[in-house]
Amino acid sequence: MGKKITLTIDDRQVTAFEGEKLLWVALENDIYIPHLCAIKEEERPSASCRLCFVEVEGFSHPVTACTQEVYAGMIVKTRSPRVDRLVKSAFELLLSDHRLECAKCPKNRSCELQKIAKERKLKLRLTRLKPLEKEYAIDESMGSFVFDPSRCVLCGRCVYVDHQEVEVGAIGFTHRGLQRKVTTFGGGLLADSPCTGCGRCVEVCPVGALFFTDKAG
Amino acid sequence: MTLLEGEREVILKHVKEILDDRGTSRENLIPVLQQVQDKLGYLPDLAMQKIAAGLDIPTVDVYGIATFYNQFRMNPPGDHQFKVCMGTACYMVGGNIAIESFERRLEIREGETTPDRKFSLERVACVGCCTMAPVVLVDEEVEGHVTPTRVDGILLAFETETEKEEGKNGEGIEEKEERRSDA
Ligand code: SF4
Ligand code: SF4
Ligand code: FES
Repeated sequence: MGKKITLTIDDRQVTAFEGEKLLWVALENDIYIPHLCAIKEEERPSASCRLCFVEVEGFSHPVTACTQEVYAGMIVKTRSPRVDRLVKSAFELLLSDHRLECAKCPKNRSCELQKIAKERKLKLRLTRLKPLEKEYAIDESMGSFVFDPSRCVLCGRCVYVDHQEVEVGAIGFTHRGLQRKVTTFGGGLLADSPCTGCGRCVEVCPVGALFFTDKAG
Repeated sequence: MTLLEGEREVILKHVKEILDDRGTSRENLIPVLQQVQDKLGYLPDLAMQKIAAGLDIPTVDVYGIATFYNQFRMNPPGDHQFKVCMGTACYMVGGNIAIESFERRLEIREGETTPDRKFSLERVACVGCCTMAPVVLVDEEVEGHVTPTRVDGILLAFETETEKEEGKNGEGIEEKEERRSDA
């Protein structure tokens, strides 16, 4: 880790180490920036959810906080009309590919999408976009937890822990474009995959795509 | 897709040869997949499993790459291949209707092969003869203005052909099987 530096986020002075990613510095200082796909340990963030935009003084365009390294004297604003517009669009795009039924969802009230909507005063429904109606089969083969791909926001947290932390390699991103999804090899059931049922992926899922059956309402 | 008799050995042999030749570093994944598909015509599950083991990566990562790129196919090419054009012109005048007619008649989805491996169905981008839209490539032949009735006609022609062949030569099917397994 680099040397200790000071920067300003939303008119507040905070200290961090040079080279740290702005998103985590802000969050550690209780400054909220929406985020889904960021993984602190990941050296090269995928920056795929497009929710963590901020303005940095001297930069012509908003940048993603999960990829932006901090430096001494940096001046950051987490909100601006441009940032709000980008986040609003990215959020609605995610919702358009998400089966929205909070009342029936086991993550109701502990869901990251709900948190983002609340923090940024965004609507949890579609206003401009049409829903992408995809029907994916729900995988209940593990018993202790369920995978419902229609609620997946493709953040990649489950794939990261499965590959890097427990080193099993049961699940991964497959297919492309609107068909992109998290599946096992060949798209089969988790019970027929190398999955050990450790449940780490369930713990990190920010939405109701992976959930434990005992907590299911 | 269930493997044909003798296909397992052919897959194992080719995958081993290609891995021995290419080496087992992870960067070789795409070239290895390309070579295996060149040899086998598609990427059977067994081949992907062996490649994953050879390169020491999770099988799901091989599957992820194979399903990302359009050039890779997961199903064997059929004896007869239907390629339905989904270029702008064909799409506008009902290319999707043509593809749906094939799907219904063959009882497979786009990108799949019938269980007897007789027919496979895929979508292609512009074939280059938009005036004949919607266009379907039936093996190498271009069929224009393909309506659902035309789809029925194309399939009927193949059915009568098979019937004739079978009538003439009772061992026609076995010969074919042999030909497939040495391919
Ligand atoms: S429960 Fe299965 S899929 Fe999830 S992290 Fe553990 S091994 Fe991987
Ligand atoms: S299942 Fe959950 S953790 Fe995995 S990619 Fe989807 S939303 Fe993210
Ligand atoms: S958290 Fe930065 S793009 Fe997803």
